[in-house]
Amino acid sequence: MYEKIWDSHLVCEPSGQAPLLYVDRHLMHEVTSPQAFEGLRLANRKVRNPHSILATMDHCVPTKDRDKPIADPIARKQVDVMADNCRENNLNLYDLKNPNNGVIHIVVPEHGFVHPGMVAVCGDSHTATHGAFGALAFGIGTSEVEHVMATQCLPQKKSKTMLVRVDGVLSRYCTAKDITLAIIGKIGTAGGTGYVIEYAGEAIEALSMEGRMTLCNMAIEAGARAGLVAPDQKTYDYLQGREYAPKEQAWEQALAYWKSLPSDDGAEFDTMVTLDAAEIAPQVTWGTSPEQVVSVNSTVPDPDSFNDDGKRLACEQALKYMDLKPNTRITDIPIEYVFIGSCTNGRIEDLRSAAAVAKGTKVADGVTAILVPGSYQVKQQAEQEGLAKIFKDAGWEWRDPGCSMCLAMNGDELKSGQRCASTSNRNFEGRQGKGGRTHLVSPAMAAAAAAAGHFVDIRDMQ
Amino acid sequence: MQPYEKHQSIAALMNRSNVDTDQIIAKQFLKKVERTGFGIHLFHDWRYLDDGTDNPEFELNNPAFKGAKILVTGDNFGCGSSREHAPWAIADYGFNTIISTSYADIFYNNCFKNSILPIVVDKARLTDLMQEISANQGVQFTVDLKNQQVKTPGGNDFTFQIDPFRKENLLKGLDDIGSTLKNIDQIDAYEVQHKQRYPWLWVS
Ligand code: SF4
Repeated sequence: MYEKIWDSHLVCEPSGQAPLLYVDRHLMHEVTSPQAFEGLRLANRKVRNPHSILATMDHCVPTKDRDKPIADPIARKQVDVMADNCRENNLNLYDLKNPNNGVIHIVVPEHGFVHPGMVAVCGDSHTATHGAFGALAFGIGTSEVEHVMATQCLPQKKSKTMLVRVDGVLSRYCTAKDITLAIIGKIGTAGGTGYVIEYAGEAIEALSMEGRMTLCNMAIEAGARAGLVAPDQKTYDYLQGREYAPKEQAWEQALAYWKSLPSDDGAEFDTMVTLDAAEIAPQVTWGTSPEQVVSVNSTVPDPDSFNDDGKRLACEQALKYMDLKPNTRITDIPIEYVFIGSCTNGRIEDLRSAAAVAKGTKVADGVTAILVPGSYQVKQQAEQEGLAKIFKDAGWEWRDPGCSMCLAMNGDELKSGQRCASTSNRNFEGRQGKGGRTHLVSPAMAAAAAAAGHFVDIRDMQ
Repeated sequence: MQPYEKHQSIAALMNRSNVDTDQIIAKQFLKKVERTGFGIHLFHDWRYLDDGTDNPEFELNNPAFKGAKILVTGDNFGCGSSREHAPWAIADYGFNTIISTSYADIFYNNCFKNSILPIVVDKARLTDLMQEISANQGVQFTVDLKNQQVKTPGGNDFTFQIDPFRKENLLKGLDDIGSTLKNIDQIDAYEVQHKQRYPWLWVS
């Protein structure tokens, strides 16, 4: 599939230069774009195809008191600069007042902006999310943002291909998040470097579109350039009727093309990895890298259990930072904070699965739990379905959409030493606030931890 | 962009693996709308103590490494987010060369856009280089991109691989957009054909 998309987007292979790949969709947010617009202006260049761009404000925006001006003057400036840049260049922007506002990788699928077979880029590493639609989607740096705006192309090196097959049936309480963490645990955070991963197998086909987005979202955490899932009936059903989806005759034409995209039987991959979904338990990270992950029913590893020197040292450092002792049972680790949200797990399905667990519970004493929907649409839908009430009744804070504690740029952050169960994608040192300790989990696991005050194996709950 | 020239300079040692972009430039510094001025924030959480003074334990605060242009560091450098603020901070601090066994993809690409040369060496070579620096802090290496060579006083000389196109651009200080736009006719022609094949892609 990667090869098909590559071939259909290859503009030319100039001698002595990297091949030029054509870009269909360019997604944008306020943090990685201002310097690109500055560069364009300085070089007196224009945006080549303004319609290929969809922009939002998400990274540094507050998730409460939205009616007041943004308190942080630098964040306010960034948001204002974004609005000016979009206006000057005639770009479609979902600003903070827009009912379509939300995290970029949540709002783009909501509007059907990325389709199968496309090449999509964004100055954000979690662009891989859109691979769920069978589009080649990857993160780029700010210079490349400028490059795409000016030329609609990117010089690219062809990646190697990796097939990750997950067969079998996932146990009832496990989710796409657990699959993706289990894969990273298996291949490591550099395991996918230089590759585009194609996910396939029974367990992947069984995932909803939301689940596939969660899965592909974290392809980058395995080091891969992008993740891909072959489009199927679920993909078409999801897209049909959305704002930017093809209509009428164009739909039929598009559909015929999309059906030609999946990898041919017997297609060759440079590497193959297989997992059995039935063996995947709910996952919890214990360290400061997403590969430092175990099943909830096991224990924090002992550094001496690693044969590799680098891994042993990394384990020691992580345990020190995380203030954890080897062999502690995961379910004995107390937490003080819970965050549900982000482009990994801020979709309606995530909120539903968390609400199913949170229903009738109370957030444990001493725990702060915040729920940050991925977009206003998600927020509104959750309110209509009565999910918001479940969370509020249980003592959760119900916020406005944004990246929030996924990267803690907007003021939502942990205090030093606080421990958090988080549905986001990175547990790096300081990611959620200096000295903050992050454990990555699925939404249902986060909701269970909020009620218990420590991690719980949700398979044991009735 | 600055052309990358042959130079001799201090090699600083930071023996850590999986240094991620959050460590290189912490998110509280990402809100600027310019490209410059990130150097003082490089490795902030490691480099400064809570009261804002230099952390004497942090490798790069070692006076012997002052003015270093070469950073020698552990595996998988630059993993994490795609933020180009990371190479901006590294370049603004004064580094123009990194030596490691591996880099995260996006970070590696971003280096070339900011006149930084990321050199890949094997594990054994890296260990030798690290030992040489530890034994002789402030030692100067010579980096010659044209001949793809690094020379060290301790005799750990080696040649390295680099994509010829990237090498050319670094040496000439060429901007990527400029070189892409040399192919503008082909881009125009491709776009016309792309529109015919996939008309539904076009938002109007
Ligand atoms: S939610 Fe987190 S990972 Fe997603 S775009 Fe925002 S900061 Fe990036």
